[in-house]
Amino acid sequence: MKPIAAIVFKDVAIEYKNKEAFSSMLLFGLLVVVVFSFAFEGAERQMLAPGMLWVAYSFAGILGLNRSLSVEIDNDCLQGLLLSPMSRGDLYLGKVLGNLAFTVLAELVILPLFVILNNLSFDLTLLWVAGITLLGTLGFVAIGTTLSLISAQTRMKEVMLPVLQIPMTFPVILSAVQATSLAMSDDREGIAFPLSLLGIFSTVYITASYFVFEYIVEE
Amino acid sequence: MAAETLALDSRGIEKKFGYSFAVRNVTLQLKRGEFVVLFGSNGAGKTTFLKVAATLMRPTKGNLSVEGFDIHTQAEQARRHIGFLSHNTFVYRDLSALENLKFFCRLYGIPADEDRLLSILDRVELKRRANDTVRSFSRGMQQRVGIARALLHDPSLILLDEPYTGLDAKAAQTLNSLLDDAVAAGKTVVLTSHDLNQGLRAATRAVILDKGLVVHDGPAKDDSVRTAYARIIHQERTA
Repeated sequence: MKPIAAIVFKDVAIEYKNKEAFSSMLLFGLLVVVVFSFAFEGAERQMLAPGMLWVAYSFAGILGLNRSLSVEIDNDCLQGLLLSPMSRGDLYLGKVLGNLAFTVLAELVILPLFVILNNLSFDLTLLWVAGITLLGTLGFVAIGTTLSLISAQTRMKEVMLPVLQIPMTFPVILSAVQATSLAMSDDREGIAFPLSLLGIFSTVYITASYFVFEYIVEE
Repeated sequence: MAAETLALDSRGIEKKFGYSFAVRNVTLQLKRGEFVVLFGSNGAGKTTFLKVAATLMRPTKGNLSVEGFDIHTQAEQARRHIGFLSHNTFVYRDLSALENLKFFCRLYGIPADEDRLLSILDRVELKRRANDTVRSFSRGMQQRVGIARALLHDPSLILLDEPYTGLDAKAAQTLNSLLDDAVAAGKTVVLTSHDLNQGLRAATRAVILDKGLVVHDGPAKDDSVRTAYARIIHQERTA
């Protein structure tokens, strides 16, 4: 556990010092929510709101993953991590938890603004949406961390990550949008299905990545 | 009597990138306390071999063990014995020198005792800048933090890939002194270089790689090293 915690604390310490990932994620996420909120009105906005929220989360998340990747590429720091006597799987978990922390933190700011701009109330619905956010973000970050390392070995790193990430997280985003939509409509009868899908995809992504990570990071 | 455990035991190591060989059938046995210098021109396979030995790269074929630990099946145990330094420092620019060392202590599961870390930084003459971010350091100073990182866990096998690249005179002197101490303490050192004089300074054994193959392996002080290396350089120029 200690090396995993060390990686998380290291990522937090770096972010605390330069604030690059969090500020860019937050700014971008907030901008998306604000622009969408003003672009649509009435019933149309209500219908599009869950999608809008997840577009904001996804783009902010990709920015965070890109930043997390660049910290490890700079000075070839990833090689330093790979030289340590921890398993590659634990290294992956450390990076996932670090990425999850920043993404969730940014979402904690984006979500209240989304609620205000969409005239939603701060009640049980918000708790549902927060739970879906956490589960969806876990799936998003679980595969995103692996993809960021794959894209690190390509020439167009920053471009390659969204190109790989968006199609690969499509099932997660789709399920999360459906679950959020049902949670916001107060008709939560069918919510178990998208939530199960979210849970399954997150588990599959984490388990598969944990075991294949060493083949991805080793040259 | 039981056979002595070798610091590094490489048998038939091969590494292919696509259809081209970077390293071909490299068999090297390094006893503890040896200071081996790997010579070769660019693309000879020096870095690839070191990366395989450091478990950073998976060999296409062959077996390699470090202090008796197989890199395929016991990579984590092998890595505890390896200190690796290249021209990249592997340290985080946004953290201070001390924070970097504390982080690597936690990764290696060794106590992040501040007094010990400060004494290590003192060895590389950075104690006074221990709390400054690495970003504010010159290239040579960053490299000295990298040296401290590589030796932090007291490795028994020190692998150095062109360590003098980008080093200022002071940092090179510090590195030389640390390597001399390491050899005196019975550690094994493998250093890659294409500079004969710098490479042979303290080496006990010289190995020359050419197009991924070991073409010379003998005592460092032997004149045949210079002759063999000169021949390779000449062949390359005339090719």
